[in-house]
Parts: sequence; C-alpha cells; structure tokens
Amino acid sequence: MIVINSLIIILTILGSLFALLAAVGVLRFPDVYTRNHAASKSATLGITCILLATFLYFWFVKGEVFTSTLLGIFFILLTAPVAGQLIARAAYYSGVKLWDKSGRDDLKEKAKAYQTEH
Amino acid sequence: MKKRKPNDLVLQTVTKVVSFLIILFSIRMFFAGHYEPGGGFIGALMTSAALVLLLLAYDAKTLSTILPIDYKIITAIGLVFAIGTGVGGVLFDVPFLTHAYDKFYLPLLGEQTLHSALIFDLGVYLGVIGVTLTIIKTIGESE
Repeated sequence: MIVINSLIIILTILGSLFALLAAVGVLRFPDVYTRNHAASKSATLGITCILLATFLYFWFVKGEVFTSTLLGIFFILLTAPVAGQLIARAAYYSGVKLWDKSGRDDLKEKAKAYQTEH
Repeated sequence: MKKRKPNDLVLQTVTKVVSFLIILFSIRMFFAGHYEPGGGFIGALMTSAALVLLLLAYDAKTLSTILPIDYKIITAIGLVFAIGTGVGGVLFDVPFLTHAYDKFYLPLLGEQTLHSALIFDLGVYLGVIGVTLTIIKTIGESE
C-alpha cells in the first residue's frame, strides 16, 4: 500500500513539475519552434504522468478500474505530437522567422517553392 | 499554375486511428448515459467531432464517399424516434412520454434492463448528429 501511495505521489508531483516546466519554456524560449517544442513534449509527458497517477489512485485506493484514463493516455500520446507538428508546419509555411542564432534551415528551398506557387 | 497537393501524411494517418477511437468512446458515452455522466447529446457531439476530424484531414468529397448520408434525413429520423417513444406511451393508455422498462435475457450479455428512454436518447443522438453536420457542411461548402 505504501509503495502504491508513494508511487501515486511521485507521479502526481512529477507530472505537475513537467507541466510547470512546459509553461516556463513557453514563456522563456525565443521563437515559435522552440516554444512549440517545450509545450508539446513536456506538457504531454506531464499529463501522462498525472493521468497514470489518477488511474492508480482509483484502482488501488477506491477499488475501481477506470479504463477511460488509460484511453486518455493513449489518446494524448497519439495526438499531442501531431498537433505540435501541425502548428510548427503552419507557422513555417506562413513565413514565421527562425531565431537569429539557429544554424540550420533544411526546409528553406521547399518553403520558397511553396511560397512562389501561392 | 499546377497546384501542389498538400502533404498531410501525418494528419491523415493519425486521423485513421483516432477517429475510430472517438466514435467508440462516443458510443460508450451514449450507452453510459443512464447511470454515469454521458448520454445522447454528448455522444452525438463526440461522433460529429470524429466526422469533423475526417472533414479536416481529408475533404468533404471523401467524407461523402465514406458515409453517403443526407444529414437532414438523419435529423428527421431522430425526431421520429423521439416522438415515437412518446406516442408509444399513449397507445398503452398512459400519458404522453411515459416510459417503460423490463428485464430481458440477452444472448451474450445476460440479464439486462432495457428502458424505452434509450430509444428517446437514440432520437436525440441522431438529431444532434444531423443538425451539427448539416451546419458545418453548409458553412464549409458555401464560398
């Protein structure tokens, strides 16, 4: 019991820390792409940890198995990175500049071809 | 000028998996409505959200190939279900919209209570799907 309880506590705290880190990253990072990187990755992991803690709490403490939380974890893990990719791609093709110190831009030729077409 | 096809591979592949998940969860919501949070309205909104996701990832033509349905007719069928459960009460000499239930033995599920409110809820479900998708498709197709 104490193992499960401490696991629940650790997962909850870890998840909220990840979510907080995502928020700090969105505030502190310089351009859209790095902010998107922080928000999509860190927040996804944070929500996964918190949902897992919820599942364990209801399973071992309340004695009910809520499979919808597991479905929620699967759903978040599947969709959040795709949302991040779509936001970053939409930003890139609508011409948002990269941070001045970033060194590589592999999509430059493709974006130029795309913009002359439209 | 030749228009390049948009490269939506990631979105379309994920939509193939996710829309089935959303529709399954919405059906679960629909049947859970009597004892848990859920019901016809939320289930229908979630089903139409899955169909709207298909509309976003593909286009209106693809969706009408997958589901060749006129959504206005769906709305009408839903209203007929909802009114039909009400009139069904009148036939048994009780007031309009009186519901009934009984226990049945179903082949796989064992003893289950079937309630005629489920049919009313099915009417709400079909009606909401029909109205939502009619609105969205009408707005989406006008230029």
